[in-house]
Amino acid sequence: MVYSIFISENCKKSNLYGSNNILKDEYILRIENVTKDFPGIRALSNVSFKIKKGDIHGLCGENGAGKSTLVKILAGVYPHNTYEGKIYFNDEEIKFTRFSVRQAIEKGIAIVYQELALIPEMTVGENIFLGREPEHKGTISWDRLFSDAKEILKKYKLNIPFAAKVSALSVGKQQMVEIAKALSQEVKVLILDEPTSALTDAEIKSLMEILKYLKHNGVTCIYISHKLEEFFRITDNITVLRDGLVVDTVKTADTTEEKVIAMMVGREMKERFPVRNRKIGEKILEVKELSTQDILSQGKIAIKNITFDLKKGEVLGIAGLMGSGRSELVTTIFGEYGKHVTGEIFLEGRPIKISSAREAVNYGIGLVPEDRKKMGLVLMQAIYKNISLPNIRKFSNALSIDKHKELNECRKYADSLNIKTPSLFAITESLSGGNQQKVVIAKWLMSTPKILILDDPTRGIDVGTKYEIYKLINQLAEDGIAIIMISSELEEILGMSDRILVMHEGKCTGILEQKEATQEKVMALATGTKNYSEV
Amino acid sequence: MKTLDFTRKIKIDIKTYTLIIALLFIWLLFGYLTGGIFFSSRNLSNLLRQMTIMSFLSIGMTLVIITGNIDLSVGSLTGFIGIIAAYLQAVMLPEILQGLFPNLSTGGLGILSTIITIIICLLVALLAGICQGYIIAYLKVPAFIATLGGMLIFRGAILGVSGGRTIVPVENSLRWVAQGYLPKNLGILVAAIAIIVIFLMSLRSRSKKKQYGFEIKPFTYDFLVASAYSVLVLGFVLIINNYRGIPNPVIIMVVIAILVTYLANNTKFGRYVYALGGNIEATKFSGINVQFVIFKVFILIGLLSGVAGIVLTGYVAAGTIGGGMNYELTAIAGCVIGGTSLMGGKGTILGALIGTLIMASLENGMSIMNMSVFWQYIVKGLVLILAVYVDVTSKKSSS
Repeated sequence: MVYSIFISENCKKSNLYGSNNILKDEYILRIENVTKDFPGIRALSNVSFKIKKGDIHGLCGENGAGKSTLVKILAGVYPHNTYEGKIYFNDEEIKFTRFSVRQAIEKGIAIVYQELALIPEMTVGENIFLGREPEHKGTISWDRLFSDAKEILKKYKLNIPFAAKVSALSVGKQQMVEIAKALSQEVKVLILDEPTSALTDAEIKSLMEILKYLKHNGVTCIYISHKLEEFFRITDNITVLRDGLVVDTVKTADTTEEKVIAMMVGREMKERFPVRNRKIGEKILEVKELSTQDILSQGKIAIKNITFDLKKGEVLGIAGLMGSGRSELVTTIFGEYGKHVTGEIFLEGRPIKISSAREAVNYGIGLVPEDRKKMGLVLMQAIYKNISLPNIRKFSNALSIDKHKELNECRKYADSLNIKTPSLFAITESLSGGNQQKVVIAKWLMSTPKILILDDPTRGIDVGTKYEIYKLINQLAEDGIAIIMISSELEEILGMSDRILVMHEGKCTGILEQKEATQEKVMALATGTKNYSEV
Repeated sequence: MKTLDFTRKIKIDIKTYTLIIALLFIWLLFGYLTGGIFFSSRNLSNLLRQMTIMSFLSIGMTLVIITGNIDLSVGSLTGFIGIIAAYLQAVMLPEILQGLFPNLSTGGLGILSTIITIIICLLVALLAGICQGYIIAYLKVPAFIATLGGMLIFRGAILGVSGGRTIVPVENSLRWVAQGYLPKNLGILVAAIAIIVIFLMSLRSRSKKKQYGFEIKPFTYDFLVASAYSVLVLGFVLIINNYRGIPNPVIIMVVIAILVTYLANNTKFGRYVYALGGNIEATKFSGINVQFVIFKVFILIGLLSGVAGIVLTGYVAAGTIGGGMNYELTAIAGCVIGGTSLMGGKGTILGALIGTLIMASLENGMSIMNMSVFWQYIVKGLVLILAVYVDVTSKKSSS
């Protein structure tokens, strides 16, 4: 039988469940050789592992390792014909087709997403039963809806008022509403995709309690997180993914955080980064005790007490997981948080206050933002208009723009950055991601900044263009521009930076010199692993 | 290998092109249905004058819509300025001026009154634009709501100023602004100047291109293009002169259209308007004061509503309480037919003018044919929907 062959093979591969006499129904989910491609990138490659019934199974890996893609396949977001491989649920192969999310929920697999998917202006009860409102002859039976909602909240000991508006709840409570929504659908496998990224410590603790209670009630959980210590508090097994491959599945009790980190980052460094003549000059920027309130969720601190300096010709890397406050740090410097900021910023020794992007630009700071489509480019406009947008003053007087001069300048930068396009009049949207990024960089280069901030500049860009961007960054540093570069890729940070500032939960957990920095050290600081910080 | 090619292709705005075809189709249809009356010099002259008031509004509206906003108050503001103009001329100014300058002739007093009226009206319109612009750009009230409020407020103010009555009379000089004609000789002179300017601009563009090393088209090509424009200008003036000359408001319209087109295409302000309509976040992140740009756009449309109000009163020769009613909707329709995207970021002044001309042509043609007013509304509504449908489908097929 196919099934028994699979079991024996897999047991040989991963020496984790030593014996061969496994009960058939011990595994609620078996993932066999799943491969998923996106245009230009293989997100998952031959992924196989199993999840025990009633377990809390941790799934970890760096950004882009394939965790989210995998759980989206399990939850039916990607129907079965969009990936290769097989998935067995209670020994039955599942093939979700159209309306696949619905099918997955009917089977009993539900996912609580990273981004909350609730309707803020509706009550808890309405959200739990959204799309499944109990009806009586075509009208919603509100009494039943709310009594059912109350029942579910009580059953799973979720301390949330069923008639409260979701918008009035804290993020942690909202997360619990999501969980209640999943549980109300008789869920057997609950997938939590980074549930704690927005929670406070107390909320995390109560989430852990709930998960333990669910486990007690026979619900299986797949738990994704960037915070390693959570795995050790709650999971039974951990599967580590890297670059779309399963590194290993290990019993939590048999491993340590250090081992998991080594598995997550265990790549070898290749010659992927061009060499730079390091010519580091005097201090240009100094940031002292910078803190920012999160504008969106009240009371939450986006960044806290960050202190660092930056020198001419230096590349300062900022490492940190998503949501660690790394983007908030640079947008704070760029004036995005206006008056919600405390702390001091010194530019060339003089104290400055930056409360809008305009002021930042006037001080000679440029920002290549994280989301180039949303914040970096006017996609519907011609390339040259995007390049000259922050610089039109250079080509214009009060009355008019000297378009010929403008085009001439834009051409220089487009040529030197090797932007591949038939014409500068082409719509920016028509360019590839890498070339769009070059347009964003070109527009800031033209403004001749003193400091250039690049927020994840190579995200979603192919390897060849990445190399070009690395060379460009080196060139700029050699020309004396101070560079702050955020990256999600550890290798990139290690390969490009002179110093690395590591962030975790809005705080700076360390600044490493290039010589002393290793992937393990950075990862340990970024995941807030306490016993690792003295390494 | 040279990957960048900077020659601007003979890029004809496809959108404007289909629009012109649609316009010609409508004209030919009416020409046929009215047995040629539609094409008489007299009617063409009237048609152009009819579109002028709306054209001021749709020129301003184009910029507003490009920024991703909307202005629902322009109709009421036009009516309000119109009633102020009439009130000044019929009630307030005659007494004051006669007191101040007892020696001036009636004609002289009239002209003085008109000049003062125009200045005051433009100032009031400017103030209205500043208020609405401030509320929208700085107090962050959504433009739809702020200008909906403005629409009601100005409509109320019209009733307040007029006391519910039509205000007459207005001075002849004000009527001349809206109803008069440019003497025929002067018309020819204007055409000649325009033609000289067209050729000079063409030459200047060539020398600039040469200076920066851009490819330039053969001289004959540029010469032919400039000649074609010249023929259009001259032909237009000759046809219009065949009746009574170029109507004054048409001159105002052309001047404003050229100014605003220049503003949109050749100044920082215009560049920022398009950029923030396309992506306000990216524009802000480029260090641009987007609030101030939006503020200025609303000031501009306020001023243009003022011009519309003055011309309206001169044209009707009275201040009426229904003045400017529903003009905002026609202006928006004109912009949208002219290819301005309600999502922001796209649109041209020329397109808006042609869109307005299409709406005016429908009204004019159907009036000549003695079609009932109810049909006129229905047809205009259908054309609007059809235009947007064509726009949507053409976008789908292109993407």
